[in-house]
Amino acid sequence: MKYPQELRYLKTDEWVKVEDGIAIIGITDYAQDALSDVVYVEFEIDPDDEVSAGDSIGTIESVKAAAEVHFPVSGTVLEVNEEVVDAPEMLNKEPYAGGWLVKLQVSDESELDDLMDAAAYEAYCQDR
Amino acid sequence: MFTPHTQKDVEVMLKSLGIEKIEDLFSVIPEKFRYPKLNLPEQLTEMEAAADLESIASANGSTKELLSFLGAGAYDHYIPAAVDNLLQRGEWYTAYTPYQPEVSQGTLQAIFEFQSLICQLTGMAVCNASHYDAATAAAEAAILADSHFRGKRKKFLVSRAVNPQYRAVMRTYFRPHDDIQILGDDEETGIGTNMAKLIELIDKDTALVLVQYPDFFGRIVDYKPLIEAAHAHGALVAVATNPTALALLTPPGEIGADIVIGEGQPLGIPLSFGGPYLGYFAVTEDLLRKISGRLVGQTTDMAGNLAYVLTLTAREQHIRRGKATSNICSNQGLMTLAATIYMTVMGKEGFKEVANLCYQKAHFAADQLSQVDGYQLAFADTPFFHEFVIKTERPVDEVLEWLRDHDILGGYDLGQDYPELENHLMLAVTEKISREDIEYLTAVLEEEYHD
Repeated sequence: MKYPQELRYLKTDEWVKVEDGIAIIGITDYAQDALSDVVYVEFEIDPDDEVSAGDSIGTIESVKAAAEVHFPVSGTVLEVNEEVVDAPEMLNKEPYAGGWLVKLQVSDESELDDLMDAAAYEAYCQDR
Repeated sequence: MFTPHTQKDVEVMLKSLGIEKIEDLFSVIPEKFRYPKLNLPEQLTEMEAAADLESIASANGSTKELLSFLGAGAYDHYIPAAVDNLLQRGEWYTAYTPYQPEVSQGTLQAIFEFQSLICQLTGMAVCNASHYDAATAAAEAAILADSHFRGKRKKFLVSRAVNPQYRAVMRTYFRPHDDIQILGDDEETGIGTNMAKLIELIDKDTALVLVQYPDFFGRIVDYKPLIEAAHAHGALVAVATNPTALALLTPPGEIGADIVIGEGQPLGIPLSFGGPYLGYFAVTEDLLRKISGRLVGQTTDMAGNLAYVLTLTAREQHIRRGKATSNICSNQGLMTLAATIYMTVMGKEGFKEVANLCYQKAHFAADQLSQVDGYQLAFADTPFFHEFVIKTERPVDEVLEWLRDHDILGGYDLGQDYPELENHLMLAVTEKISREDIEYLTAVLEEEYHD
């Protein structure tokens, strides 16, 4: 299981990476492993939507379950990764690369302080 | 009263509750309300009750003894004896898809075949395991469109020539949604067949356009321009269909429909005073994940044997919880089976023959009736399938009463749904109607006019 150092994590198994005020968001290696084969990704947001931390990004369906994914931070949606709609298996293959979900212009970077770092998330996952 | 408890069971339970008799359980209810004397007749023996009920039932008229030209959404077709015979086998006796569905391979196979047959008939890629009737299927089409656009498109256009009951059920479904507009079926937009007025209403806020094919009046309309206009604005198009007509017509899937729904009653299901009926619901492959209800798929088991599974229930509550867009978790199992057996027994050619007979006989009837004084074919320039509209000089209820006195159910009084169609009678003609029947109808009407 991979827990890249440069990312921040949520208890609901989303990761976020912020560079120059732009956040990239996806689901973690732990999440894709728990879901097993992802078969469908449905976004509930479009570019330019204003969103708050906790709002729903959409739903990911695997052969086992349907899971909702949330925004870790607030901001404006810049881009939605349409490629994962056509190739949902990207979430299993590359959860931290090609399987990213949305890019967001972050409105308040202090919200990142509430999130876990890699060590805390790893400890949290091992406890589950 | 039947209870499964023995006297001994009852005593044990009473003892553990610390009471003496069952009546003590009701002691909190004021005594005067406890055992009210009900005003009921003396009890009857089974034989007396059966005679009583039969005498009440005999007051009903049915298409068995009446000559019926009544359609308007439900049609009196011949049902081969094999349909009921197979349907009544005990193995099928559950209306539900079982909760452990894969145990019931026969049920799943029947649903799979139903889905496949409807796909062939409608020209669509995917069909679900069914809905209650065409009206609820139409409402589900609107729900699908609403969720497809994530609630961002607010306009649902419905042709006025769609069955008034389908439109009413749609409005019931959407009553709590103040922001959603169901429009296009007002008297001003009208029942014209060129669709121009409906096309004018389509814009970027339109989620769905719903039309009927053949329409409620039996007319066959070319919806291609309408479908193109809807797609140009990114809207979805749903087409409500009559399955018998689809045996002859170009399938809606081939003219660009995104959703095809319909009433499965003509497929081997008796009129039965209005139900249970069967709604079918088919979509393009793009909308596969948006379909409500459930889908049965064909696969192979570990040993390589053919097997059927409940492949997808993408929108249901037990999968989607709060995100579920439909609360349909069931299907019309037994009716689906009846339709599947009917279509299989008729076969491709037999089914076409039924449709062709309906078409030919309806046109013969329309031709005969329009030669009777005081009766005139309405919408005379528009092709129709097995239902047509006659303009009457006398009020329709008088005409119907006259016909009823001659053991004829004359048809549907359109004035009750369409103020602009007062004095318009709609008649359906199925393969069960003979040439003599049509001549009798004509003769009775001629007699009335000269009365």
